[in-house]
Amino acid sequence: MLKGTPFHPRTSRLCQAQNWRRWAGFLAASSYELTHEREYHAIRSSAALIDVSPLYKYLIRGSDAERYLNRLLTRNVEKCAIHQVIYGPWCDEAGKVIDDGTLQRLGEDSFRLTSGESNLRWLLDNANGLRVTVEDDSYSTAALALQGPSSRDILAAVTDLNLDELKFFRLAFSRIGGVPVTISRTGYTGDLGYEIWVQAPHALQLWDLLLEGGRPYGITPTGLLALDIARVEAGLLLIGVDYVPTTRAIVESRKSSPFELGLGWTVRLEKNFIGREYLLEEWRRGSTWAFKGIEIDWLSLEQVYGEYGLPPQLPSTAWRMSVPVYAQGRQVGYATSGCWSPTLKKYVALAHLRTPFAKQDSRVEMEITVEHQRKRAQGRVVELPFFDPERKRT
Amino acid sequence: MMAARTGYDVVIIGGGHNGLVNAAYLAKAGRRVLVLERRDRVGGSAVTEEVFPGFKFSVLSYVVSLLRPEIIRDLELPKHGLEILPLESTFTPTPDGDYLVRWADHDLTRRELYRHSPRDADAYDDFGKLMYHLAFAVKPILGIVPPDPTSRSPRDMLAFLRLGKHFRDLGGEQMHALYKLMTMSSADYLDEWFECEPLKATMSASGIIGTFLGPRSPGTAYVLLHHYMGEIDGAFRAWGFAKGGTGAISEAIASAARRHGAEIRTQAPVMRVIVKHGRATGVALESGEEIYARKVVSAVDPKVTFLGLLEPQELPEDFLHAIRRYKIRGSSGKVNLALDELPSFTCKPGFGPHLRGAISISPNINYLERAYDDAKYGDFSRQPYMDIVIPSLIDPGMAPPGKHVMSIFVQYAPFALKGGWNAEKREAFGDTVLDTLAQFAPNIKNIVLHRQVVTPWEMQEEYGLTEGNIFHGELALHQLFFLRPAAPWSDYRTPLKGLYQCGSGTHPGGGICGASGRLAALTMLKD
Repeated sequence: MLKGTPFHPRTSRLCQAQNWRRWAGFLAASSYELTHEREYHAIRSSAALIDVSPLYKYLIRGSDAERYLNRLLTRNVEKCAIHQVIYGPWCDEAGKVIDDGTLQRLGEDSFRLTSGESNLRWLLDNANGLRVTVEDDSYSTAALALQGPSSRDILAAVTDLNLDELKFFRLAFSRIGGVPVTISRTGYTGDLGYEIWVQAPHALQLWDLLLEGGRPYGITPTGLLALDIARVEAGLLLIGVDYVPTTRAIVESRKSSPFELGLGWTVRLEKNFIGREYLLEEWRRGSTWAFKGIEIDWLSLEQVYGEYGLPPQLPSTAWRMSVPVYAQGRQVGYATSGCWSPTLKKYVALAHLRTPFAKQDSRVEMEITVEHQRKRAQGRVVELPFFDPERKRT
Repeated sequence: MMAARTGYDVVIIGGGHNGLVNAAYLAKAGRRVLVLERRDRVGGSAVTEEVFPGFKFSVLSYVVSLLRPEIIRDLELPKHGLEILPLESTFTPTPDGDYLVRWADHDLTRRELYRHSPRDADAYDDFGKLMYHLAFAVKPILGIVPPDPTSRSPRDMLAFLRLGKHFRDLGGEQMHALYKLMTMSSADYLDEWFECEPLKATMSASGIIGTFLGPRSPGTAYVLLHHYMGEIDGAFRAWGFAKGGTGAISEAIASAARRHGAEIRTQAPVMRVIVKHGRATGVALESGEEIYARKVVSAVDPKVTFLGLLEPQELPEDFLHAIRRYKIRGSSGKVNLALDELPSFTCKPGFGPHLRGAISISPNINYLERAYDDAKYGDFSRQPYMDIVIPSLIDPGMAPPGKHVMSIFVQYAPFALKGGWNAEKREAFGDTVLDTLAQFAPNIKNIVLHRQVVTPWEMQEEYGLTEGNIFHGELALHQLFFLRPAAPWSDYRTPLKGLYQCGSGTHPGGGICGASGRLAALTMLKD
C-alpha cells in the first residue's frame, strides 16, 4: 500500500469517489465528490481545503544557511526578509532546472524549502563544509492549502492573527484552536489563499477545526483534479508535466533552463549561484525556447468540430500530455498542460514555443483530435498567467 | 541413413541455448543443420528437469538474463511457447532482524530505501539513471562481432573507428563513469554512491555471480552494468522467469529450429572433431558413428572444444597456450529444494509478495567478501552468498498444488575444493546452505521434502561445464570482447578451417542471451 498523509483518516472517509492519485509516494484524492466541478468552483468562489502534505519539505538551519541557499537558488536569498516567502527554481551546473519550490524564511538562520521531487541528496551534498543542517521534514510536517476568496474570513474565524498584516508571500506563526501552526499566504491556485503548516501529530485536530470553522463560509475539501485546473489558469508550472527535472532527463534536450520555463524573473545574475555561468551566457545569447500561454479561438474550435456536425467538445479536466503546436505550417513547439477554464470561459494551454513564435498575440495552431482525426485549432500566444485576480495580492 | 550422415551443411556440437539459436538461424537461412546433444534433452545449462515426481527444477540456470530481443523476434519465440514472467522484487533479510526490499514499484522502493538511508533513496534514482545511460551506450557491443584491435583489415579498423566515435560521443560524465566501472571493484564503486549495507551488498552480488572474484576485487563493477541492460528492454521483458523453467526457453528455441528444418539428436555425445587436410569435416560420436558436414560449430566451452575434441597438433601452439590459460574456475553451486510449504522469514513472517521475487542472502559487503575468503583457500563458504527464487510462486505448474520448489544459487563453492569433491562433501555443502538459510527462515529445514545439491563437480561431469564454470569461462574484463576466448579468435571463427565456435565462452559471454549463437550463424553465412 502507498502511504496515506497525516490527514488520511479524515480524507479517506470523505472521499466518495474513491478516486486516488499518487503524489510523491502518497495517496492523494483526485476528487472527493463524484465529479470535481464543485471543488473547482470552491477554489474560485468560496474556499477549498486541499491536503498538500506530500510536498517535500526541508528545514535548513545554521549560520551559513542564507549563504548556502543563495548559492543554490536563482533568487537572491539575501533579499528574503524574515517571515517572507520566495518562489524559484534551482539548477544544476549547466543551468538546467532541477526543481522549483517555495522558500520560507522562518528566522534569521532558519528556512523551510518545499519541492516537487526529493532533493535531499542534492541539498546534503552541497551543504558539505558549511555550518548548515538539512533536515528532511517531509514526514513530520503536514500541510493544508486553504484557497479561495473566503479563505481569509475562515482564518479570521479560527485564529487571532491580524490577517490584514499578512501580505502576499509572507508567513506568520499562530495557533488554530490550541494547535501551533505556521501560516503562509501562498498557494498553487493563483487565488487568495493560504498554506497552513502543522506538526503531523496535530494534523487531524487542525483538519477538524478548519472544517468546523469554515462551514459557514462554504469550505470544501478539494482534490487534485480541481487544483490542476486552477494551477493551469494561474500559469503555474508542474514538475514532471510541464518540464522534466534534470534528475529524470534521459537526454539533454529534455532539460530546461529557468529562462526557457518563463522563470527568467527569478534569475539574479548579479549574484553567484550554481548554473550562473551558463545562464549568463544564455541571457546574452537569448533563449531558444519560451514558456507561454495559448488561448484557443472559440470560432476556430466551432469550425473544426462543425466539419463533423458537432459542437466543440471541451475537456472536463486538465490534460497533461505533449501536444504539437504549429505556426506557419511547421511545428514550433508543444503544449504540456491544458484545460477549459470554467472561470475565463476559454480553452487555454501551457506551451513551450520556439522564441521567434512566442511573442504576445503570435498566431499558432494547436493539434486537437476530432472524431479520430488530427486537426489544428487556431489560437494566439498570451503572457501568463491567464487568470490573476486582484484579491490574490490585496 | 548414409545420405543423411554426409548431407549436412553444418553440424553443431552441444544443444544448449546458444547451439540451438545457432541452428535456428542457419536453418532459417536454408542450411541443412544437425544439432548433437550429449544428454537426453536439449538445453545444456538451461534445462528443466522433474528430479522428484511433480517437482520441476531449473536445475542450473534459473532466470533469463538478457535474451536478445532480436532473437525473440527473428525466431518468433512467443509462438514457440516462450513466456517470460516478471520477477519483480529483491528481498534481502539482514541478521539484525530487519530487511531491505526493492520492489517493482518506484514509490515503494523509495520508501523502503528511505527507511534505511534517506540519502540513498535519492542516490538510487540518480545511480539508476547513470547506469541506464551507460548500459544504453555499452549495449550495442553485445550485438556486434568483436573486431580485432591489432588487425589492419578495413573491416576491423572501421569497426574500431565506429566504436571509438561511439564512446567519444558519450561525453565526460559518462565516459569517466564507464572508466571507473571497468577498473573498480563493485564494493568501491557502490561506496561512492550508497551507505546502506544490504543495498550495496545485494547490488554488488550481481557483479560477482559466476566469477571467482569477491566484491572487493577490481573489475567486478563492470558486471553491474549488465543488470541495467535488462532494464532498457524493460517492457520487452528480456529479463525474468521463464514459464516452465529455463528449459522452456531451450524448448522454444529448439521448436523454432525444427520448424526451420534443423535436426536435433539427443543422447549423441561427440567424441572428437574429424579433421582432414587441416580442415574440420565432421564429428565422430562416442558410438563410433561419423557424421560429415561442410562446417562444424562447437557450442560447448572453449576448453572442451580445443583441448578435448581436437588433437593438439591440429591447432597452433600459441592459441592452445591461450586456451590453456583461459580462466574457467567454477565458483558456485546450486541447491534445489522441493518444499512442503513456503519458508517463513523471521524478519517478515508468513506469505507476502516479497517471496515472489529474488531473495538475496547478502546482508553486507563483509559477508560476501568473507564468503570469498573461504573459497580463495579451497573451502566452500561457511556462510555463502545465496540468490534464491521460488519458481512455484511465479509459475504454479512447477510443483504439485500447494507445494513449492526453491532454487538456490550458492556462491562460493570452488571447483578446486581442498581434497576434491565427493558425495560426503556435496551433502555437507547442502547442509551449510540450509543452515545458513535457517538463520533467516528457521522453518526451512522442516519443510524440505527433497533436496538436490549440484556442486561444480556435477556441473562438469553431468553438464559438461569445465570446472563447473557457469559462464564457460570467467566474465572478467581480460576475457571479454576481443579477448573471448582468445585473441584474435573472437569472431566465432577458429584457427581450424571449417570449425566455428559459439556459446558463453565467446562474445558476449554468459547468461541466457543467445547472442553468440546468432552472431556465429551470421558470420558463417558470410563465409
